[in-house]
Amino acid sequence: MEELLREYLPIIVFMGLAILIGLVFIIAAALLAVRNPDPEKLSAYECGFNAFDDARMKFDVRFYLVSILFIIFDLEIAFLFPWAVAFKDVGVIGFWSMMVFLAVLTIGFAYEWKKGALEWE
Amino acid sequence: MSVADFAFYILAITTVASGFCTVVSKNPVHSVLWLIASFLGAAGLFVLLGAEFLAMLLIIVYVGAVAVLFLFVVMMLDVDFAELKAGMAQSVPLALLIGVILLLQLGSVIGVWQFSDGAEAARAAITPAIEETHNTMALGQVLYTDYILLFQLAGLILLVAMIGAIVLTLRHRTNVKRQNVVAQMHRDPAQALEMLDVKPGQGL
Repeated sequence: MEELLREYLPIIVFMGLAILIGLVFIIAAALLAVRNPDPEKLSAYECGFNAFDDARMKFDVRFYLVSILFIIFDLEIAFLFPWAVAFKDVGVIGFWSMMVFLAVLTIGFAYEWKKGALEWE
Repeated sequence: MSVADFAFYILAITTVASGFCTVVSKNPVHSVLWLIASFLGAAGLFVLLGAEFLAMLLIIVYVGAVAVLFLFVVMMLDVDFAELKAGMAQSVPLALLIGVILLLQLGSVIGVWQFSDGAEAARAAITPAIEETHNTMALGQVLYTDYILLFQLAGLILLVAMIGAIVLTLRHRTNVKRQNVVAQMHRDPAQALEMLDVKPGQGL
């Protein structure tokens, strides 16, 4: 267990460094930069004219479709990782169970392709 | 206090504090960002438990995909939050009542919690020691063979989710000109052009 955690030390060093650099930039900007605010500088800049509308607006449901399909294939990939790692141990049953799993999802993929869910109109 | 304990407290405080900020943030977009921080803290806690695969999965699936979906939903919410806040004072007693009931239920469940005799043994039986087999390998050794039914059901659930998403949201608009690559490539000058010999002063 200690061994496992020791392997994460470089990641902790890396994250500490990332946080440090980020903080240095923010603090340096707060301390050193010349600040001279006025309402025009602080208002939202939209190519010279006033903002038309709030940023909260309804947009096309297709964006959700794309992201939901992405999540589903993301999960499919997530199932592949342990399978690949334990490939020597899973044997014939493990191999074919993954093939069936992939086939089921390929049916879904063929369905969405055929339906035109991946096309943008 | 060892380094692992220190890391645990840092991550636990991050997770709980981010979760709290998720609830109390005024701006829903900030809420989602706090939620992502909370997911990252939970991923760190999984690493401390030795469940590295789950930790990485939490980052890939929840931070990478689900949080983006949440952001989509939040960005789409076209509600006036100031108006909602104004109406909140009336709902506070009801919310408190529901909260207290949930707390009582949780308390009554935890109060009578008992471990059955075989529980520890049943869990130990399927998990190999962390020194022998690492987490991803241990998962792979049982998931595709011993738990084949659950695995295939997961595949079917993903299929249902895929088809459901398409059926619910896919609307083909009429009057949209789409590109038909095959038709474009099979176009030749003989069909596309017509040469006419127009006599002077007559037109077509």
